[in-house]
Amino acid sequence: MAVYFQKREVVVPGQLLAEGRYRPSYGTYDENGKIYSTLVGLAELRGNTVKVVALEGAYIPKEGDLVIGIITTVAGNNWKVDIGGPYGASLHANNALRRPYSDDISEYMDIGDVISAEVIAFDRQTGPFLSMKGRGLRVLDKGMLFDVSPAKIPRIIGRRGSMINMITDHLRIQTVVGQNGRIWIKAPDTASLRLAIKAFKTIEAQAHTSNLTERINTMLAAEVAEIRSTAPTIKTGKDTENEAVEEEESVDTEQSDLTGDETNEAVDDIEEQELEMDENPDEETENAASDDIEDELEDKFDNEEVNEK
Amino acid sequence: MSPETKPDFLISPEGLRVDGRRPDELRPVELKVGVLKQADGSASIRQGKTYIIAGVYGPRELHPRHLALNDRAFLRVVYRMATFSVPDRKRPAPSRREKEISMVIANALSPALFLEEFPRAVVDVFIQVIQADGGTRCASINAASLALADAGIPMRSLVPSVAVGKADGVLVVDLGDEEDKYGEGDVPMAILPPTEEITLLQQDGFFTRDELLEAMQMGISSCKYLHELQKEALKKAYVKKTPDGEEGDVDEDEFDDDLETDLGESDMMEDE
Repeated sequence: MAVYFQKREVVVPGQLLAEGRYRPSYGTYDENGKIYSTLVGLAELRGNTVKVVALEGAYIPKEGDLVIGIITTVAGNNWKVDIGGPYGASLHANNALRRPYSDDISEYMDIGDVISAEVIAFDRQTGPFLSMKGRGLRVLDKGMLFDVSPAKIPRIIGRRGSMINMITDHLRIQTVVGQNGRIWIKAPDTASLRLAIKAFKTIEAQAHTSNLTERINTMLAAEVAEIRSTAPTIKTGKDTENEAVEEEESVDTEQSDLTGDETNEAVDDIEEQELEMDENPDEETENAASDDIEDELEDKFDNEEVNEK
Repeated sequence: MSPETKPDFLISPEGLRVDGRRPDELRPVELKVGVLKQADGSASIRQGKTYIIAGVYGPRELHPRHLALNDRAFLRVVYRMATFSVPDRKRPAPSRREKEISMVIANALSPALFLEEFPRAVVDVFIQVIQADGGTRCASINAASLALADAGIPMRSLVPSVAVGKADGVLVVDLGDEEDKYGEGDVPMAILPPTEEITLLQQDGFFTRDELLEAMQMGISSCKYLHELQKEALKKAYVKKTPDGEEGDVDEDEFDDDLETDLGESDMMEDE
């Protein structure tokens, strides 16, 4: 019975983590009752379960994950979708369209389209299968895609979406965060878009530091004020950057552990956060979608929304 | 480059080697992790004058498809020497020796990896020898295992590796180029430190049974020393990425996977 690591310590593969009645979990393996790390990461103990939070790594699909994919092939009734990582996913028309649908499914979604979808099946034998039957799963029109390391996604979402909600609230942008390390951002103007990208890059670079939500919050608050005050003209990049550095430094000295979560108590997950945004009329800049599928999905989406109320 | 001449002795009358090392002494080793921007994981090693860079990509989709393994990822190691890495220009075409060493390195690394977590995928390891001064295959294994860890590939352990040889009848650790060329033998080996399992053991030259056993013992203890250096290099690379160091309270409440409460944890720690 012993634990050989500090909380949130950086551990390396093969490092002995615990001995005795502990349970190995993600990022660890058990050999003769001793638990070793398999990854470079931060070791954590929850109850009697030992796990290592990875700092790097490719995206490995998991059932139930929300992912952002790019359609690479249309093959009969299937779309082949690139979701990053070693495995290409496929999406069957039955899981995306309401019947009857046209024989040529490229009418609905074609090569190069960006979609948000859910992984409905993945195991060692069968490659990942996606579904778009779900709230908020749709073709992501306009906006831009931004890639981060999939290992940093939990931090970008934050606990119960605290981080991502904070960012979208500040910048009045729409985002979808896929577990596969892709972030879709749709912003009303370039300044907010740049700021969003900067925020995500900062989170990625400092993912394993403390008080991150608070620091990002302060940074965004300051910069948003700046953007709004100088109104429609776009700030020159140089100014904003210098200030950001100062801003961060001043925050580092403060200690404010608990404020991060307060703004977002009601929100449970990303989907719901998306839903909130769509409800908000002044943010919804999307045109009445001409795409059949979009209409259809939106309909479904609306219905569900109503049902909930 | 002037033609090399055989040194008068490999072990001096005082019992020291050509470069002044004791028989069981390694050359100065410098390991760096994360040296390449584009690769998923990377590391470099300087061991004496040997300088090697390793880059890892993956796990990613495997092309050509027919190489795919249904139960685990394919580990593809490519060991290459730069044309300027040796005194005579090395011809740039892949040589028989390079292919063999690639295979040997793959075999030495694969027992350490949980490749079965990524069926049908590939893990690519590219090793480039910038400067060769003996012991390149062992140095390559040291660097490649760090690069694999940097890429976030699950591993049983890092894999340290060293060559033990015989020069003027004395067993010496970590052969330099001259000892390699003019010595009587060479035993490269690699181990998994937690269990001391041997994942690479080759031999050329002549060794008696006792000499070989002793050489292996020396190799294992040198590997353990190298393993410490590897762990240190890897931790350094990641702790350095933290801009404000490790000070300050670690916040409990930001990862969305922190779903359970910490009930019982504090009691547990007190048990110790």
